[in-house]
Amino acid sequence: MTRITLNSLPGFNFWVKSRWPQLIIRAALLGGFLIAILAGFFGTQVGNGNISIVAVWIAWWAALILVAVPIFGRGWCSVCPIPMPGEWLQNKAVLGPPDSGSSSKSGRRFPKKIHNIWLQNGAFSALALFSVVILTRPIVTGWILLALILVAVGVSLVYERRAFCRYLCPVGGFIGLYSQLAPLELRVADSSICASHKEKSCYRGNDQGFGCPWDVYPGGLTANTNCGLCMECLRTCEYDNILINLRSSGDNFSQVRGQGLDTSFKAFIMLGSAMIYSAVMLGPWSELKDAAYQIGSLPWWGYAIALLALTWVALPGLFYLTTRAAHKLTPSLRNPKQTFNIYSGVLVPLSLTAWIAFSLSFIFANGSYLWPVLSDPFGWGWNLFGTAGIDWTPYLTQFVKLLQVVVLTAGLFWAARKTRQAAAVMKAPRQALPVTIFTTFVTFILLWLFIG
Amino acid sequence: MSYMRSSKYLFLIVILLAGLLVAFIPLPVPQNEPAHRIFYVDSRAFAFTPAEIKVNQGDRVTIKLTSSDVVHGLYLDGYNLEISADPGQTNELSFTADQAGSFRFRCSVTCGDLHPFMIGKLKVGPNQLLWRGAGLAILAALAGVWKFRQ
Repeated sequence: MTRITLNSLPGFNFWVKSRWPQLIIRAALLGGFLIAILAGFFGTQVGNGNISIVAVWIAWWAALILVAVPIFGRGWCSVCPIPMPGEWLQNKAVLGPPDSGSSSKSGRRFPKKIHNIWLQNGAFSALALFSVVILTRPIVTGWILLALILVAVGVSLVYERRAFCRYLCPVGGFIGLYSQLAPLELRVADSSICASHKEKSCYRGNDQGFGCPWDVYPGGLTANTNCGLCMECLRTCEYDNILINLRSSGDNFSQVRGQGLDTSFKAFIMLGSAMIYSAVMLGPWSELKDAAYQIGSLPWWGYAIALLALTWVALPGLFYLTTRAAHKLTPSLRNPKQTFNIYSGVLVPLSLTAWIAFSLSFIFANGSYLWPVLSDPFGWGWNLFGTAGIDWTPYLTQFVKLLQVVVLTAGLFWAARKTRQAAAVMKAPRQALPVTIFTTFVTFILLWLFIG
Repeated sequence: MSYMRSSKYLFLIVILLAGLLVAFIPLPVPQNEPAHRIFYVDSRAFAFTPAEIKVNQGDRVTIKLTSSDVVHGLYLDGYNLEISADPGQTNELSFTADQAGSFRFRCSVTCGDLHPFMIGKLKVGPNQLLWRGAGLAILAALAGVWKFRQ
């Protein structure tokens, strides 16, 4: 498949190798992050009048799901401010590497038994149980943001590299999943150069940069999942052998190789959460909203059990039965678990488009809350930019429904195409039928939730 | 080889035409005598009762909005109409339901934590977009799994 190498663009290497642009963006985002924490604690507790809620859960979330993840993959991770303070302490440096260059290796290795995304799956599910409260109460958002930064600092002080981002961050887990679909990738130009290079400075670091903070050996990269696009390897590679390429979306998304059970479950968690969130936040069912909001009450326990049951049991269980049926239809050399893992990859585009459809509803209906809080972030009556008086106005609400149909249909097409490719490579083309029936059925449910 | 290529293009053309047909073909609309429909909608944190209103396309709709607790609003997507109600007062919104489909109505006056999620639905006639969406989804699934290339 054709790739366009961005490194050949004039000035590209200069801008990505220089630490200053990244530092400036991250520092600005860290400033915004701290303002969001302060606003959560000290600002008005009216959610839509507080920048912690509006900037994080409306503006940032929409930018992440609608732009950053589909286009740049882990692009957000390359500028995320959450691990910054921890990295500074770990590296004992703010900007450049120390002379030895390898200080991001200091600290212990993260326990090998949990070199997977089960903890991230658990963290995302745990947050999902409280999401309605987190999304609406500034002080809870303040605590969550503060906790994220403190945990990231703590993990950086104990473990080497960006262990928090790689194994714990509840957001990083799904960004990694969806980065497989992004049209942007970091790869080596010539793997034989890497093979013969004994120093492995991209992994170990040198005086030009740190060893890969994501604990990835760039020479072996074949997927985007674990590459945080931090650009350190571009700085440390002595042969300019690292490229940033444009490719067709999801070009390396080869579910035929199969993914781990942890990644398969991430897809189910994301798909199920998109369904539940749509029902709770966009549906007319007030009992559901009350149940999700009244934490600790009996209805909340019902909601929590339903959410966990859907994402961890029902969807994976139904999909397992579907892949069993596919296996019975045309037996292949793969065992049922492998078949399940291989086909669960097709849920990645489907669940991403479900989240895009959900976020479209959310941003167009609630985006106008952003203008007042820009001028009055704490709800204290300020009017910094003269926008404090702008009234809430939903934008293009019916047009959004058309967009949602297009997005969900495209997601199903993508999923069906991947299903066919996986089935063809397994020399069991008829296996595509039950899996596509499953994804079509899921799409019907999503259509009903969004435009029904 | 040329047979494969031509069958691929033929398939693409058929899918595209079918997609256009599903998306744009006029569907039969039930002909009902327009009526004047009055709905008493009570609002409280964070629910409208009734939460779903069904009318026929062309009906004259009057929504009498009351509030049981704090000030609530009602903004109707698609029609871009808005009213609000103070506790104990009734406010009225009248319009002709000339656009068919499903439309959310949402609270337009900040009323508490779940205010952004205080949502109801107005259903006007058959929801053609939903059916067309389902049809397009089936076509997308067929197009995705169709094997037009060895």
